Parts: sequence; C-alpha cells; structure tokens
Amino acid sequence: MADVAHHPALAHQFDSLGQQTEAATLGMWVFLVTEVLFFGGLFLTYAVYRSFYPAAFSAASHELDILLGGINTAVLITSSLTMALAVHAAQLGQRRLLMIFLVVTMVLGTVFLGIKAVEYYHKFAEHHVPGATFQFEREHQRHAQIFFSLYFIMTGLHAIHMIIGIAVLLVMWIWAWRGRITSDYAGPIEISGLYWHFVDIVWIFLFPLLYLIGRHA
Amino acid sequence: MSAHIVPTRVYYAIFGILMICTALTVGIAFIDLGPFNVVAALTIAVFKATLVVLFFMHVKYSTRLTWAVVAGSVFWLGILLALTMGDYLTRPWRTYG
Repeated sequence: MADVAHHPALAHQFDSLGQQTEAATLGMWVFLVTEVLFFGGLFLTYAVYRSFYPAAFSAASHELDILLGGINTAVLITSSLTMALAVHAAQLGQRRLLMIFLVVTMVLGTVFLGIKAVEYYHKFAEHHVPGATFQFEREHQRHAQIFFSLYFIMTGLHAIHMIIGIAVLLVMWIWAWRGRITSDYAGPIEISGLYWHFVDIVWIFLFPLLYLIGRHA
Repeated sequence: MSAHIVPTRVYYAIFGILMICTALTVGIAFIDLGPFNVVAALTIAVFKATLVVLFFMHVKYSTRLTWAVVAGSVFWLGILLALTMGDYLTRPWRTYG
C-alpha cells in the first residue's frame, strides 16, 4: 500500500486510490439519481398528456422519422459499447487503445447529434415546431402541439446532455494523452462512462415513447 | 486495485442483445396489440436499461451502497409516476380524448 499512498492522483482525505474511486463512483451515482428525477418529471408530463390525448399523440408520433430515430438508437448503443471498452482499456492501462475508444465514442456522439439536427430541420420545414406557424391536421391541431413541445424539450435536453458528455470525454482524452490516466487511476474514465451510459438509457426510453407509439394504427 | 475488470466478451454480448432488442421493439411497434403495444415497448426498454446499468455501468460488480442508491432512484421515480398517475387516472370528471 505504501507506494500507492504516494500516488500523485491520491487526494489526502482518502486512504487509497481504491477508496477514492469508490467515493467518486458513489458521488456520480447520487448525481445520476437527481438526473433520473429531472428527466422523470418530463416522462411524467408525457404520460399525463398522452393519457389525455392518445389519438393526437399517436398521429403526431407518426410524423417522426422512424428510420433516423432507429439509426440514432443503434449509434448510441454502439457508443455505449465503445465507452465500456474505453473504461476497460483504462483499467488495463492501455493508453493508446483508451484514446482510440474515446475518439470513436465522441465521433458516434457527434453523428447522433448530426442526425438529430437533420430531424429538427425537417420539423421546422414541415411546420411541426410549436408556435404561431404550427400546422397539423385540423382535428389534432391543438393537442399535437403538446406532443411536439414535449418532443423538442425532451430530445433537446437529451441533446444538451450529449454535448456535455462529448465535452467531458474530450477532457478525458486530454488527460489520457498527457498520461494522467493509468491502471491505478482509471476512476475519471469510469465515472465519465457512467454519465455517458445514463444518457444512453434516457434515449432507450425516449425512442419507443416518441417514435413508436401508435405506429401500428 | 479493487476494481473489477469485466472481460470484453461480456460487453460484446450485451451490445448484441441490446441491438436485437432494438430491432424487436421496432418490429413489435408495427403489430397492433391494442393497449399491449405500450406494455411491450416499455418492458423491452426497461430490460435494455437494466442490462446497461448492470453491465456497462458495472452495478452488478459494485458495492451494496451503490446498489442502494440505484434502487433508490428507481423507487423514487416509481413514487413520482405511480402517485401522480394514480391521481389523474381516477378522476371521473375528467373527459379524455
């Protein structure tokens, strides 16, 4: 333990790097709990309004591009795999592999945001953005706006989380490049990974609730 | 270090299951199951999220304290959803549609 105790990354209040990583992991999880409830409020709003206006939500959901949404789901799941592999590389002290997987994860995150931007562009072109110029079939005109409001708020908040995630991974890449991340000190990569996977989980719920409801009708 | 290192084949297997589940949920969405379309979609989503939490996020290999925090988040989310929806769905004066 003596050599570990003098590790430059070990903060003085911890006995060992193992304890330090455990504390950091727990702290990250507590933050993620607040995130679960943050998004939870929006999912609740969605559930309430969908129970009020199921027909309008179904019709509005039909306007979303299931192909682009499906591709984005696959892109995000793949990015979670590369993130998990990055953590694995960090734990084994494979610096080069770690840097490669971080770059791949960031690229996949950027691809996701690019596809999302294309979808947003379509929505603006089709006048499906809530507001004065909103257009939809007459019988669902008002209630479809609620669906699209929730669509933009939920996917928008998710996209902001993606942007923050990419920024965090960029910092992690710089740390890895400078040799700060070692097999003894892989904690920062692990907790960055927790955040990335959480954002993936949010999308796992957003995709069926926004894109797939009422698809059979 | 005490960190549990998960073999990469576990990650690849989980990735495969997640992709299959994604295809499954899209496929099921096109079949008319009435009210069970939502049930099927959410069941698959919960299953996928559980796999991500247990394996990608290493909760399966984490301390009991982490388990408690994760379970707590699900529990409190459950309170938020169940009590609020329980209220809305049991108001007879409310007209739907």
